[in-house]
Amino acid sequence: MTEKNIYMDNNATTRIDPVVKEAVLKGFDLSGNASSMHGPGRAASAAVNHARIQTAKLLGADPEEIIFTSGGSESNNTVLNLVYTQLFAKSGRKRIITTSIEHPSIIETVESFKEKGVPVTIIGVDSYGKLDMEALRSEAGDDVALISVMMANNEIGTIQDIAQAAEIAASCGALMHTDAVQAAGKIALDVHALKVDFASISGHKLHGPKGIGALYIRKGLNIEPLIRGGHQEQGQRAGTYNTPGIIGLGAAAEIAFAELAAETDYISKLRNRLHRGIETSIPNVHMNGHPDDVLPGTLNVSFPGAEGESILLYLDMEGISVSTGSACATGSLEPSYVLIATGVGPELAHGSIRFSLGKFNTEKEVDFVLEILPPVIKRLREMSTL
Amino acid sequence: MSDSFANNWVYTDTVKEHFMNPKNILLDPDYKEDGKGMVGSMACGDQMMIVIKVENDKIAECKWKTYGCASAIASTSVMSEMALGMTLEEAYNISPKKITDELGGLPQHKFHCSVLGDKALRAAIDDYLERQKRDNPYKAGIAKIICECKGVTDQQIEELVKDGAVRTMEQLQEKTGLGTVCGKCKPKATDLLGEFLHIYGK
Repeated sequence: MTEKNIYMDNNATTRIDPVVKEAVLKGFDLSGNASSMHGPGRAASAAVNHARIQTAKLLGADPEEIIFTSGGSESNNTVLNLVYTQLFAKSGRKRIITTSIEHPSIIETVESFKEKGVPVTIIGVDSYGKLDMEALRSEAGDDVALISVMMANNEIGTIQDIAQAAEIAASCGALMHTDAVQAAGKIALDVHALKVDFASISGHKLHGPKGIGALYIRKGLNIEPLIRGGHQEQGQRAGTYNTPGIIGLGAAAEIAFAELAAETDYISKLRNRLHRGIETSIPNVHMNGHPDDVLPGTLNVSFPGAEGESILLYLDMEGISVSTGSACATGSLEPSYVLIATGVGPELAHGSIRFSLGKFNTEKEVDFVLEILPPVIKRLREMSTL
Repeated sequence: MSDSFANNWVYTDTVKEHFMNPKNILLDPDYKEDGKGMVGSMACGDQMMIVIKVENDKIAECKWKTYGCASAIASTSVMSEMALGMTLEEAYNISPKKITDELGGLPQHKFHCSVLGDKALRAAIDDYLERQKRDNPYKAGIAKIICECKGVTDQQIEELVKDGAVRTMEQLQEKTGLGTVCGKCKPKATDLLGEFLHIYGK
């Protein structure tokens, strides 16, 4: 497809960085099994080790604390399953605490535990999507095995105070996990400074390849393998190394780490331009998420009287890619549970659009969106029953 | 990349056409209609209003407003064209399936939640007949039996939900006895109840 595309759905996935793509392609030529002793095996192994160092650096972890996985969902599932199958028995603790706005890979997994009789506590958020820290504090007791809080939300971009949540976890002796899939590469991340025990990241959210992610497991946790049948990943996850994917994640992590400050600055400026533009050109809009503690590129806006899927598709006709919290786009009858959790009514949730900007967006693209969007909203409102 | 992957739109070309260029939108705030019907709610994500003008018991004008997704807009638009010139009885019998066929099909999950135009049109015809203080001979004609054991129709269920008398399957069973004998109709009735709750607000 050679059609013009203005891609503003970077929280869903990102365009691969050309430098990363180049590294991945070279990775396909390292066709030895990274576990083999011979030359081709050693060459692949060296590349995997290098990627592990690059990835660890982005997280502020030591390389041996990084396990490569197939992505964010696997990393999140792994943490919860480790806790369920091993740590409950080891620690005698039985409860998991998480929040109402986590990714489905957390929410649906804890729901499945709940059906098996595991006590699960869901902490709510305020109207900006900020975790109720006092509720977390009062729920944290000596029966809690794990607290899992996402670092930044995928829909509204709100950033949580993970250091504080980890402190609460430590004070009650629970382990702390953060889903850093949306945060990694967009804001500073230092798992040691945050004092978390687990952290999940994903390659394709930071201009790396899809199907590769990582899980940070703090040194000394003595985890038994979840996938058996090989000694890969320090014996914790069997399976032949995905050399090209791992190389891609490493390359993407290195670029994200090096460019973090400049990118944050660049993307925030684009976001502010879009934010101001929408507020000045469209009446009656509602901004979702936190005004300051928010990912640099995420702007979630509700347009009362205009339905999200219709907005999305009208923008799509013009080559603009965004996403919506409307039920109509999901195939269910319920709109975004994240927006609902922030107390936004269903009407505003149905009319919500998420713009998520990335480093490949330009000022010109933002201006084009600002040219197309106001008449789309006006038109939908004219035909609306509002 | 092969062509089969290129631009695979979620909807048919007819849906796209009616979404891009909807017909018969009501834009005049002072429109004097003969009958008006409104179904759905903004909280549920879809709301539709139909206004009609009637001449010699035929639909002379059918205009609408819709809050909803692309298939909601397209289905209302195409229905407003289908209804023109129809007798009241014909218009009353436009089914979601007829609308969907006219659109060349809709994705399965869109069928129930977004095709509300027929219900809004029936409400508009009901309103017209009421304003004319005439009997409504059409209502009974379109009822379908859902529970054969107890003879409960879809229309009965619809009325109960519309009036707010029923919100749950238990309440529905209590009021009508539906599904209490052989139980065969329960999955269908559950779907239908969900659909009506969606249409008439929760």
